[in-house]
Amino acid sequence: MKPFIKLTTTELKLYFREPVGLFFTLAFPLILLLIFGSAFGNDPTPMFGGFGSVDVSVPGYIGLMIGTAGLIGLPIGLATYRDQGILRRFRAAPVHPLLILGAQIVVHLMLVLVGVAMLMIVGKLLFDLQLPANLVAVIAATLFAGVAFSAVSFVIAGLVSSARVAQAVGMALLLPMLFLAGSAMPRETLPEGMQRIGDFLPLTYVVELIKDLWQGNGWNVTALIVLTAILGIGLLLSTRTFRWE
Amino acid sequence: MEHVIEVRNLRKSYGQTVAVDDISFQVGRGEIFAVVGPNGAGKTTTVESIIGLRKPDSGAVSVLGLDPQREGFKLRERIGVQLQQAAIADRLKVWEALDLFAAFYPHTVSQENLLEQWGLTEKRNTAFAKLSGGQKQRLFIALALLNDPEVVFLDELTTGLDPQARRNTWDMVREIRERGKTVMLVTHFMDEAEYLADRVAIIDGGQLIALDTPQALIAGLNQESRVHFTTTNGFDPASLRQIEGVSSVQRDGNLVTVFGSEPLMARVATRLAESHVLPSDLRQERTTLEDVFLARTGRALRN
Repeated sequence: MKPFIKLTTTELKLYFREPVGLFFTLAFPLILLLIFGSAFGNDPTPMFGGFGSVDVSVPGYIGLMIGTAGLIGLPIGLATYRDQGILRRFRAAPVHPLLILGAQIVVHLMLVLVGVAMLMIVGKLLFDLQLPANLVAVIAATLFAGVAFSAVSFVIAGLVSSARVAQAVGMALLLPMLFLAGSAMPRETLPEGMQRIGDFLPLTYVVELIKDLWQGNGWNVTALIVLTAILGIGLLLSTRTFRWE
Repeated sequence: MEHVIEVRNLRKSYGQTVAVDDISFQVGRGEIFAVVGPNGAGKTTTVESIIGLRKPDSGAVSVLGLDPQREGFKLRERIGVQLQQAAIADRLKVWEALDLFAAFYPHTVSQENLLEQWGLTEKRNTAFAKLSGGQKQRLFIALALLNDPEVVFLDELTTGLDPQARRNTWDMVREIRERGKTVMLVTHFMDEAEYLADRVAIIDGGQLIALDTPQALIAGLNQESRVHFTTTNGFDPASLRQIEGVSSVQRDGNLVTVFGSEPLMARVATRLAESHVLPSDLRQERTTLEDVFLARTGRALRN
């Protein structure tokens, strides 16, 4: 356990020394909350089933953080560790390489949880955000979705040739989901056709899972199945694609 | 002598390319053992197979009585490794790197002493990316010694270092041996192997082409000695042929080279002095491992 704790605290320290990653993961959703919250307020709306605009947006922002971590932050981190020979140095020590990858995942998940707390506090104070009906379930769903997307990050890191490519691929994957998966803006505000595109985007199911728990609608089984499938396929593919050097 | 490393008939291919082709050798406790050869000769693959990072296609490897494939974790607790093309995170500070890797070992030596010994105390709060090439290498050596290992593997330790830093690093390697450790040195610098190693394994094209002490390898060449000097005052070097032991004399412009058997230098110097020729650059060219490589492979190490 000691090596893992030391690895995790070290990774955390390093993460805070790299403010760009921190900005993308934490500040971006917060800025969206402030802009859209100020613009549209949080009054109950029939379109959102009696919830306010902020109420339905915050689960989306959490999805956005999971997407950012899994599709951009982690793949860049993993590819960098591989390209620079950092994994190689670790492999020469008596430490299982999966611990190193695990520490990176834990750090990203911790940051997402910090982001969740931040969104809840700011949302509550400024826009009277309706807090989750079942906080524990929301956190559990966030972690589960985060782990599923981490598996995707292994696949991306394995396929790309460098950290630079990882960034480009991550952006290309995340950008459409930003708008079509209900993460940066609620899907209800999109035209019907564009809403259907979201059905094919993995991040949609992260947002749906968290939103349903947030609003007290229980576990969304479809979303659970889709995310479990993503996790399984991701792990399977990553064992074939992942390279240590 | 007790053997700490035993390699028998090691073979490893990547696809069609045979990287290591039936190599066998043993390394004794307390030796500095150098594996030398040109880039791509199979040196790194050999070392990576020995420390368990690569799985050999066939052959047997034993280090400290352990099988690197099955007992790699246990083995890595007892060895220290500095690998080519390895790094730590750019923003990790020197002391943090030692602190992090110390967490992986059951027993470690004092990190403060290591910093002191390798001249890194003043750099302890410096990020890895901000270190010079020599400082990075010293940090890697410190990391490799953190667990007080019995065997230390150093792969291309001085590549990319300036001559001064190379010399300093050589002193450090000798210091490691003086602390009772076995050192396996991998290098494409013949002078490094000649200067440091007790025994040298020369590898070329995945095969072991020579294995002995540097002195024995050089003596085994039976090469004639060579003495050079330049002359400008119209001295005819042909008279040097009459010196006992001299086999031939070559002249290239003002540069004269005398070939022959020992003691060549003293005899040539005496004859020159008698002829009132006093060149300031009279020197003997040593036979080196480079010449051994040339003789065994028919080509120069660096092309």
